Amino acid sequence: MIRRWIYAIGFSIAATQALAADPVEIGIGYLGHAGVRSTLSLVQQPADNDGIAGARLAIEDNNTTGKFLNQHFTLQEVRLKDGEDVAQAAAALAEHNGFIIADLPADALLKAADALRDRGTVLLNAGAIDDSLREQDCRANIIHVAPTRSMLADALAQYLVWKQWRRWFLVVGSHDKDKLFADALRRAATRFGGKIVLEKTFEDTGGARRTDSGVTLLQRQMPVFTQQAPAYDVLLAADESEVFASYLPYRTWDPRPVAGSAGLVPTSWDAAQDQWGSTQLQNRFVKLNSRHMTALDMQAWTAARMIGEGASRVNSGDAKAILNFLKGPDFSVAAFKGQRLTLRDWNLQLRQPVLLVDGRMVVSVSPQEGFLHQVSELDTLGVDRPETKCKLH
Amino acid sequence: MQAALKMRNIGMWRRCLLFGLAASLAATPARAYTAYVSNEKGNTVSVIDTDSWTVAKTIKVGQRPRGIEFTRDGKSVMVAVGDDDTIQVIDTKKQEVVDTLPSGPDPELFTQDAAGKILYVANENDNTVTIIDLEKRARLGDIQVGVEPEGMTISPDGKMLINTSETTNMAHFIDTSTRQIVANVLVDARPRFAEFKRDGSELWVSSEIGGSVSIIDPVKRVVTGKINFEIPGLRREAIQPVGIGTTKDGKTAFVALGPANRVAVVDATTHQVMKYLLVGQRVWHMAFTPDEKYLLVTNGVSNDVSVIDVAAQKVIKTIQVGELPWGITIQP
Repeated sequence: MIRRWIYAIGFSIAATQALAADPVEIGIGYLGHAGVRSTLSLVQQPADNDGIAGARLAIEDNNTTGKFLNQHFTLQEVRLKDGEDVAQAAAALAEHNGFIIADLPADALLKAADALRDRGTVLLNAGAIDDSLREQDCRANIIHVAPTRSMLADALAQYLVWKQWRRWFLVVGSHDKDKLFADALRRAATRFGGKIVLEKTFEDTGGARRTDSGVTLLQRQMPVFTQQAPAYDVLLAADESEVFASYLPYRTWDPRPVAGSAGLVPTSWDAAQDQWGSTQLQNRFVKLNSRHMTALDMQAWTAARMIGEGASRVNSGDAKAILNFLKGPDFSVAAFKGQRLTLRDWNLQLRQPVLLVDGRMVVSVSPQEGFLHQVSELDTLGVDRPETKCKLH
Repeated sequence: MQAALKMRNIGMWRRCLLFGLAASLAATPARAYTAYVSNEKGNTVSVIDTDSWTVAKTIKVGQRPRGIEFTRDGKSVMVAVGDDDTIQVIDTKKQEVVDTLPSGPDPELFTQDAAGKILYVANENDNTVTIIDLEKRARLGDIQVGVEPEGMTISPDGKMLINTSETTNMAHFIDTSTRQIVANVLVDARPRFAEFKRDGSELWVSSEIGGSVSIIDPVKRVVTGKINFEIPGLRREAIQPVGIGTTKDGKTAFVALGPANRVAVVDATTHQVMKYLLVGQRVWHMAFTPDEKYLLVTNGVSNDVSVIDVAAQKVIKTIQVGELPWGITIQP
C-alpha cells in the first residue's frame, strides 16, 4: 500500500515535470486590409495572404521554440474592408492580444496607435514605409519592422555610387507615394554623391494594366519618353503605384540600366535570397504556403519573431515585460540578414541591411563596403539620430 | 656594382637554403597528417598534406558539402552534402566517394559516438536530429528539436548528445540512451557550434549573431559564463563566432570569428581572450593535427586554409583550397 503511494507520488512528479502546467498563452493580433494592389507584372501580383503568411510561419517557429519553454503563441487575424473603422478593430484585437502586427497605410496606422495608446498595446508596423511615421508623426507604441523609403533609397544609392554610376535620370510617377519615393532618392543623391541630370514626370492617365496587345504599344512609347536625355548612367523610376516602372527596362532610348521601382529594386526580402542560412526559412515558407516569400511576408515574420524572441528571453508572456526587453539594450533578432538586427531607440525603427534584387537574383546587399558610421553601419541607411524629428512620449 | 649584387644574391640564396634546411629539420619529427576540407561552393573536398602544406588531391563530391568528419577507424571521411540530402563516404585509400548514408533532408553538421557506430545528424530543413547506424547503414530514428538544428556534439562519457538550434537559440540536451530531450538551455542568437572540454566539465556554444560563446555547466545545465569579443576598429556586428577548438589539456581554446577574419585565442580556464590571430576572410571551422602542433582553419570567402602554430599562437602558412571552404577534419 505504502509502496503504491510512493509510486503514485513519484509518477505525479515525473508527469508534472514532463507536462508542467498549461502553457503560457501569448496572443498576437494581425491587422491588415482586405484586397491586394494590382501590379504591372503578373508574376509579382501579391497573394491574398501576402504578409499574414509570414506571420503564420513565425507563429509556427515560435511554437517550436515555445514547446521547450511552455509558451504557446496564437495569431488572430483581422482584414479591414474599405470604410471599416480601424480604431474599433484595433481595440477589439487588443482585448485578447498584447501585440498587434499591422499592415496598414500611414493614416490608418496612426488612428490605430492613438486608439490603443491608453491601453498600452504596441503595434508592430510591418507594412508602411513612410518616413513621417518614424519622424514628425512617430508614436511610442509603434515599433517599425518595415524599412523606410529613405532606407531603401539610401541602400540603392550606395550601390550605384559604389558602381560609379553617379548620373541619374529620375522618372517620377504622378501619385503622392511616387513623389515621396522620389524625395527619398533626391535626398540619397545629396547624401552619397549622386547627380540627378534630368527629372521627368510620368502622368498616370488611367488605363488597364493588362491588355491583349500591350507590348507593341509600349515598345514605341517608352523609347520616345526617355529620348533626348543628357548623358546619364542609370534611370531611376519612382513608381510605387505600379503605373510605368516595369515597362522601362530594355526599352529606354539609351541602353542604360533601370533601378528603383523596377530593374534593380531595394527591398527587405526576396524569394531569391539564399545567404546566411536563408534557404531554410525559404523552404519552410514554401512548404507552409505553397508560394514564394515576399518582402511583406518577411516583415510580418520578423515582427512575430521579435515577440517570440522577447518572450523566450524574459521567459514570460507578459506583454509589458516583452516590450521592455524589445526596447532595451539587450534586444537583437536574427532574421537571415547576416548580422543582428536592433532597434533605433530614438524612433523604434528596426535597423536592417537592405537587399538589391533584380527579380531573379540578389545582386547586392547594402550598406556597401566603405560607408562608415560611428555607431552602426546600418545607420548609414535612412534618417539618423542627429537628423530625426521624432520625439517619443 | 653587378658583382656586388651577385654576391648579395648568393648570400641570400645561402640564407634561404640554410633556413629551408633548418625548417625541414624542425619539421621532420612531426608526423605528416592528412586534412580533408569541404568546399561549400566548389562541390569538392581538398586533401591537404600537412608535411608539405600543399593540396595533394581534390575529390569531387555532391552538392554543397559542409560538415565533414573522419570515421573513428580513420579509414573513411564522411561529408554532409546538404543539397543532395545525404552524407557521402570517401574512402581515404581510393580518395573517392564510395558510399552514401541515409541522412534526413539537408544535413549540415553531425557527430558520432565514441565507438564510431552511431551517427547523429542535424537536419536543418525539418527540425530533426537523425540517428544513423553506421554499420547497417540504416536510419534508426529522428528526434524533434528546435528550429534549424545545426551544432552537434557528444559528451566525453557518451551519455549526452548536444544539438543547437539556430532560430530557437537553444542547446538541446538529448539523453543518448532514451533519445529524449532532457534539458534546453537558452543561449544567444543563432547558435552554430558546440564543444565539450575533454574532461566534460564545460560545454561551449558559439552564437554567430549574438556574437558570444556561452559556457554551460553540463551538470546543472545552465549558462555559467559568456565570452565576448572586442576587436578595436571592428564593429560588433562583424564579430560572429562559429567554430571552436580546445586543446586536450583543456587550457587553451580557439574560436573562429567569421567575418571578423580572426581566430580568438582564449584561456579556457579563466575564459579570458588572450589574443586575436588574423586569418583569411570569413573563418568558419577548425581542426587540430593529432599532435596538437598545428591548428588548421577554413576561410570561407578567401578560399584558403590558415595554419596556426598552436604553441607559438601564430599563423605560419596559408594554403589555397577550393571554392568557399567550410568544414575540416584531420586523420586521427
